[in-house]
Amino acid sequence: MDFRISSPPLDLDALKRSLVDVHAGACVMFEGWVRNHNEGKPVLSLEYESYALLAEREGGRILAEARERFALTAAVCVHRIGHLQLGDLAVWCGVSAAHRGAAFDACRYIIDETKARVPIWKKEYYADGATQWINCATRGEFAGAVPPA
Amino acid sequence: MKTIHVQYFALLREQRGLAREDVGTTAATPAELYAELRTRHNFTLAAEQLRVAIGGEFVPWTRSLESGADVVFIPPVAGG
Repeated sequence: MDFRISSPPLDLDALKRSLVDVHAGACVMFEGWVRNHNEGKPVLSLEYESYALLAEREGGRILAEARERFALTAAVCVHRIGHLQLGDLAVWCGVSAAHRGAAFDACRYIIDETKARVPIWKKEYYADGATQWINCATRGEFAGAVPPA
Repeated sequence: MKTIHVQYFALLREQRGLAREDVGTTAATPAELYAELRTRHNFTLAAEQLRVAIGGEFVPWTRSLESGADVVFIPPVAGG
């Protein structure tokens, strides 16, 4: 189980390999990308900052919760920090499980809780030269979902 | 008077103009400390919008503040 904050770009092959388990029949991976707009404003780039000590602890708790709620064989999440450009990978979350239902549900749970709870901040750089720290922490609808019986 | 090690992130870091500082204070709790710092540095975020961590763990605003503590005020998060 592994939640990390990373300054260097992510090695997707290595991350995927970390999910491999002969008991797993399903693997779900989520990639969060830097997009060129937010709430109607053109965005040129994003800067991420984190309180890494607490982020990795809180992220580790989220992965542990996912393991308790869903039948997983592995779960990993890594979030980039630094100044990222359009199309860059900002966050990667991957899980493996015996069956696809648990894998889809757990992946969604982990990314939603990460966005809602982990001390990571995002500053948007706009086409008109303005910048803004985004303070719109909204909890995904899926967070807190009860695992299937 | 106690000394508190304060680290700032994101909007608070920019408004303070510093990433960390040692603060001399008589504040008994992180709530009192934030009120003091907010007045001194004109932070726009209200305490109700923040969480607080001591020693790398979330704590209640009413936790007693010991000299030498590492305190971080956590603005609303926005990962992903």
